[in-house]
Amino acid sequence: MKYIDEFRDPEKAAVLMREINAMMEKLPYTAEKPLTIMELCGGHTHAIFRYGIEGMLPKSIELIHGPGCPVCVLPMGRVDDAVAIAEQPGVMFTTFGDAMRVPGSKKSLMQAKADGADIRMVYSPMDALTLAKNNPDKKVVFFALGFETTMPSSALTVLQAEAEGVKNFFLFCNHITIIPTIRALLEDPLLRIEGFVGPGHVSLVIGTTPYGFVAEDYRKPVVVSGFEPLDVLQSLWMVIKQISEGRAMVENQYQRFVSDAGNAVAQAAVDKVFVLRDHFEWRGLGSIEHSGVELRPAYASFDAERHFAMPGVQVADPEGCQCGEVLTGTLKPWQCRMFGAKCNPANPLGALMVSSEGTCAAYYQYGGVKEAS
Amino acid sequence: MCLGIPGQIVAVQDNVKKIALVDVGGVRRAVNIACVVDDEHPIEKAVGQWVLVHVGFAMGRLDEKQAHETLALLAELGEAQEEIEAMKKSGAA
Repeated sequence: MKYIDEFRDPEKAAVLMREINAMMEKLPYTAEKPLTIMELCGGHTHAIFRYGIEGMLPKSIELIHGPGCPVCVLPMGRVDDAVAIAEQPGVMFTTFGDAMRVPGSKKSLMQAKADGADIRMVYSPMDALTLAKNNPDKKVVFFALGFETTMPSSALTVLQAEAEGVKNFFLFCNHITIIPTIRALLEDPLLRIEGFVGPGHVSLVIGTTPYGFVAEDYRKPVVVSGFEPLDVLQSLWMVIKQISEGRAMVENQYQRFVSDAGNAVAQAAVDKVFVLRDHFEWRGLGSIEHSGVELRPAYASFDAERHFAMPGVQVADPEGCQCGEVLTGTLKPWQCRMFGAKCNPANPLGALMVSSEGTCAAYYQYGGVKEAS
Repeated sequence: MCLGIPGQIVAVQDNVKKIALVDVGGVRRAVNIACVVDDEHPIEKAVGQWVLVHVGFAMGRLDEKQAHETLALLAELGEAQEEIEAMKKSGAA
């Protein structure tokens, strides 16, 4: 595939590693007091583990894996709501595969499906719309999840449903937005992060301009990054270079896809269909102001929250789960009391173990267990 | 679901709904390309374009010039290091 091999070139990786090592030698960071850099996006977390990037870096750099996995931050109460909708008669509930195993307080969607609910995994919201058109006697609900990356696809699907006059298609909207979340992280007094690797695919939609406040108000570098190993290494190099030169700016490593202004068509579709909620609940992080969206009143007829009865109750995480501390980087996954024996990918207690982009699942799968022992 | 996969547009199937056939690593499927067509990038010129596909929607166009520039920068970095290494080895200041 185009520009995959090029961005996995081990020679270029070695070059970047030498540059990073040379810069780190001149900076006052040690293994005990490392330079802390957070990658916000679960895709980056996955790439970092898959390619062993953390192991290549000097011990004076600590990567903190941020809250950017939308499946992982989905609160238990919303899973309960999804199950409640799915179990109503005449409903065909559709979801991305990632969300099937996220634990609710009583059951996951996977368990609800085993108990007889009509739950289908789809690749795209457009597939859910097609199911609605092919099954006019069913109410087809799409479990809309994700940051700004997937928000436009949900918006465009609703617009398509409207254009085609499809009446039996509903969106259960759980989309979340990245900027208020970064602000909440930066306001957390426990958090010590000196730079950010910014999310590439969210930025594809929103551009790089919205991160300006991180550099201007909080004096932290942000480098928007691609997902190949060289992309991540180059972005880390760019963050460290800013720090060593005393700069704090928003830079864009992923220029082959991301522009400063983002994608105007996608932004217009999102603005047309969605509006910010006052608050949205995050697993492990609690309620964050203006961090989620819902359908605008003009699209109320597609809104599953208005159409279906559901508990709508906030549910605390299981006792002993420390997802919140792991999400903000104050605790390493293996330091959680549940990690390993009680919480693992086959039997996840907390959401960070569910998705392959979740920090705990990544540690478990790619050798974090060894590090823990 | 968040991971984007690069693919190449091979045919436009529906000009109105903006649906195109996209080849992603040998797998071909219908993809909504509404977000990657505009006045500067009309749908008539979409075939051949590389795009990043998320959940059935093309969300970004590949800018080949930028891809080359990023790679060139990395190559230059390597050349500079070789120069420095050569300088060290030759003992020159």
